[in-house]
Amino acid sequence: MSEHAHPSRLLYVVIFLALVIGTVLTWWIAFKNLGIWNPVVALTIACIKATLVILYFMHVRYSNKLTIVTVCAGFFWLLILITLSLSDYLTRVLNVG
Amino acid sequence: MSTSQTTTTDHHPALVHQFDSMEQQKEASTLGMWVFLLTEIMMFGGLFASYLIYRIKYYDAFVAGSTSIDIKWGFANTLVLIGSSWTMAMAVWSAQNGRRKGQVYFIIATMILGAAFLGVKAKEYYEKYDECHIPGHVIGKGFNAWGGCSATDKSLGNIAEDIRIPPHGDPNIPEASAELTAKQTEIFFSFYFAMTGLHATHMLIGLGVLTWLLMRAKRGDFGPEYYSPVENVGLYWHFVDIVWIFLFPLLYLISRHAHAH
Amino acid sequence: MSTANENVMPEKHYLNDNYGIRSWLLTKDHKRIAVLYLLTITFFFFLGGLFASLIRLELLTPQGDLFQSDTYNKLFTEHGVNMIFFFLIPSVPAVLGNFLVPLMVGAKDLAFPKINLASWYIFIVGAGFALAALVSGGVDTGWTFYTPLSSGFVRTPVIAMGVGILIAGFASIFTGLNFIVTVHRMRAPGLTWGRLPLFVWANYAASLIMVLGTPVIAITLILLVLERGFHIGIFDPKLGGDPVLFQHMFWFYSHPAVYIMILPGMGVISEIITCFSRKRVFGYGFIAFSSIAIAVFGFVVWAHHMFVAGISVYSALVFSLLSYAVAIPSAVKVFNWTATMYKGSVELATPMLYALGFIGLFTIGGLTGLFLAALGLDVHIHDTYFVIAHFHYVMVGGMVMAYLGGLHFWWPKMTGRIYPEGPAKLAALITFIGFNLTFFPQFILGYLGMPRRYHAYPPEFQVLNVLSSAGASVLAVGFILPLIYFLWSLRYGEVAGANPWDAKGLEWQTTSPPPTHNFEKTPVVTEEPYHYGTEQEVPVVH
Repeated sequence: MSEHAHPSRLLYVVIFLALVIGTVLTWWIAFKNLGIWNPVVALTIACIKATLVILYFMHVRYSNKLTIVTVCAGFFWLLILITLSLSDYLTRVLNVG
Repeated sequence: MSTSQTTTTDHHPALVHQFDSMEQQKEASTLGMWVFLLTEIMMFGGLFASYLIYRIKYYDAFVAGSTSIDIKWGFANTLVLIGSSWTMAMAVWSAQNGRRKGQVYFIIATMILGAAFLGVKAKEYYEKYDECHIPGHVIGKGFNAWGGCSATDKSLGNIAEDIRIPPHGDPNIPEASAELTAKQTEIFFSFYFAMTGLHATHMLIGLGVLTWLLMRAKRGDFGPEYYSPVENVGLYWHFVDIVWIFLFPLLYLISRHAHAH
Repeated sequence: MSTANENVMPEKHYLNDNYGIRSWLLTKDHKRIAVLYLLTITFFFFLGGLFASLIRLELLTPQGDLFQSDTYNKLFTEHGVNMIFFFLIPSVPAVLGNFLVPLMVGAKDLAFPKINLASWYIFIVGAGFALAALVSGGVDTGWTFYTPLSSGFVRTPVIAMGVGILIAGFASIFTGLNFIVTVHRMRAPGLTWGRLPLFVWANYAASLIMVLGTPVIAITLILLVLERGFHIGIFDPKLGGDPVLFQHMFWFYSHPAVYIMILPGMGVISEIITCFSRKRVFGYGFIAFSSIAIAVFGFVVWAHHMFVAGISVYSALVFSLLSYAVAIPSAVKVFNWTATMYKGSVELATPMLYALGFIGLFTIGGLTGLFLAALGLDVHIHDTYFVIAHFHYVMVGGMVMAYLGGLHFWWPKMTGRIYPEGPAKLAALITFIGFNLTFFPQFILGYLGMPRRYHAYPPEFQVLNVLSSAGASVLAVGFILPLIYFLWSLRYGEVAGANPWDAKGLEWQTTSPPPTHNFEKTPVVTEEPYHYGTEQEVPVVH
């Protein structure tokens, strides 16, 4: 019976603390003026937090390839929706005439 | 690939007829949950995509709207939900390792934290109701973010005023422009309620599913040979957590630094 | 190899295993669920057909003299909604797919039988809302629900209809989810991906689309319903909203949706062509991968419905180019089917007639899609009858014919009876003739400038419109005939036996109709698919 490995209790606690720190960090940085970088930093931290949840809490780090493909497909398709729609809106101002 | 010629020894009581082995059943049910989460990514994704487009189009209004929601509740709720993700992961671990009491306690803990989240959300929604920030004119007194919400307190929910008050606002902004931006915050709030509302609905459903899971855990259904329902509910719960991880910065933290955008 | 006196109905099979309404309404058997879907979508097909008949009646004369324009708006909306969401999207996957996918992979059932049953009930609930919208007056916004017409202007039951469609969408999602997990995790021993029937590949690819695209229309319709219910302004320009955003979100699903509709049909065609050419499919790998390619590419072309809606010209360029690219995998399939027939031993049984019709008509429809994908041309023919002709060629000339071909091909497997070949061939011919008579004139009408969704038109278009309406009545006969003889065959049709077509494929290795658990013994697959023309005969189980 193939049983894939699972995180230990200690690792779960470590991830949890990392997530808490990430949240506090997000809050703290939000009050600093980084101009255009504020949303970038906030979303980057969010992506890191999400990745930690996916890899460890959701066991994707220990899962088979199909699971990994499924997760990546989800985000990829979301990106298609966002980028292609934005590609319309962001290029409108260049419209001639 | 497992052999399909199963001998009829030792059928686990939870094995259903269409599967040949518990392993196949586990792999299938886990894949099923992941594919379902895939659909959920796209469903929330539609909201995220539209949100992004409007944030670009109405940036000032989004800043104003975001400033008007109480950040400390969003922050607290983020921690609560992360905590519930941890307790859920521990529930799965307990089931995997045959800890019956642990399973039950951690599932209950997850439910309590989830309920707490919803309680805070309810409070936040009520605050918005009070301030007349609920979009449309069907609920409450109708959307009004420019001073007409309360007969006695002109500052209640008055985003047009907040836009012009330092340190976050800029008194140089003309009144008419501030009022227009305040009107445009209705779109921000539409997304606020749509996104957090859809999220909260998923949490409610999650609580229902957790109730079912709790009953089965109490009955002793789960152990090292069969814990995939716990794991799959865990996947769903973690997903709902991840959605919130993105909602928090996108809705609450659009431009919090003390600076006139 | 089948001899006449071997054709006996098995004593116990999935239809007579259990009697009573409860055994049907609480069934977990994918085959019974397929039959439930068959009954439901047949109803919606004829309902949609009724509206089509009324449309064609009105268009016999240039004046809008049969119906007021508001009523006419309801006719084409109801025709579109019922046909697309309640007939075409479920058709092959929910009927033929549900029935055949477990059989073709050698499994006892789908991965999640209870979710399969739930999917049918969810479909019924969605259909209920849609019918409620119909009887409370009908919706008149067009099946595309463009805002702000649908979100704030009309007084018709848009909310009920929107709710109905989005609920039915979840039925589609559950079906797709079931198929994906089944194909990944429940294949019989020896059944590698490279040995899967192309019908399974096609349904798998369509399931990917169902799962990735449908949630977006669900959320779009939810937003539309919220906007209408609470008077918020997400898509209404008067309230600061963007109507083009609605179109982006709507078409993000609705374009891939057309591939949900056609891919399973193409899977049917692959199965039929190879069987009735007695030859293995040419380019199996290419056909399999082209299904996946269509599923993926189908997601990046949606704004070709919006070329004149106000999107940026640069974005339009990109979408136009991608729309040309998406035609390529479909063309690959058509070449391969043709190559399969070349030097094959072609038998013109009824399913093959439908398949041949599909190839010709789908090709015409597909090619005219390229006309529409060209930016300059589209400015001229957008929202004209050219578009209508294009999509009816692919949807009716393509998809419906594939569905009918599949029904004929697998009817013996599903019911244990064969339909009468004479009337069936006649019906196929009548359908083909009626179809072309109905829709070919519409290409010309569109090119000459007749707009769609208009109930009155300039008198110089009358001749073509009369031809089209005449064709529609012939087409109707072609569709009604199968209803009659299929029902007739249930009682009086010749007993089919396990493999009346002598076809390859696991579904033919069990009885007709199959037992509830599909196979007496789980099959083991050792051969390539479609090994026609080899010496080895596949043993048949009785």
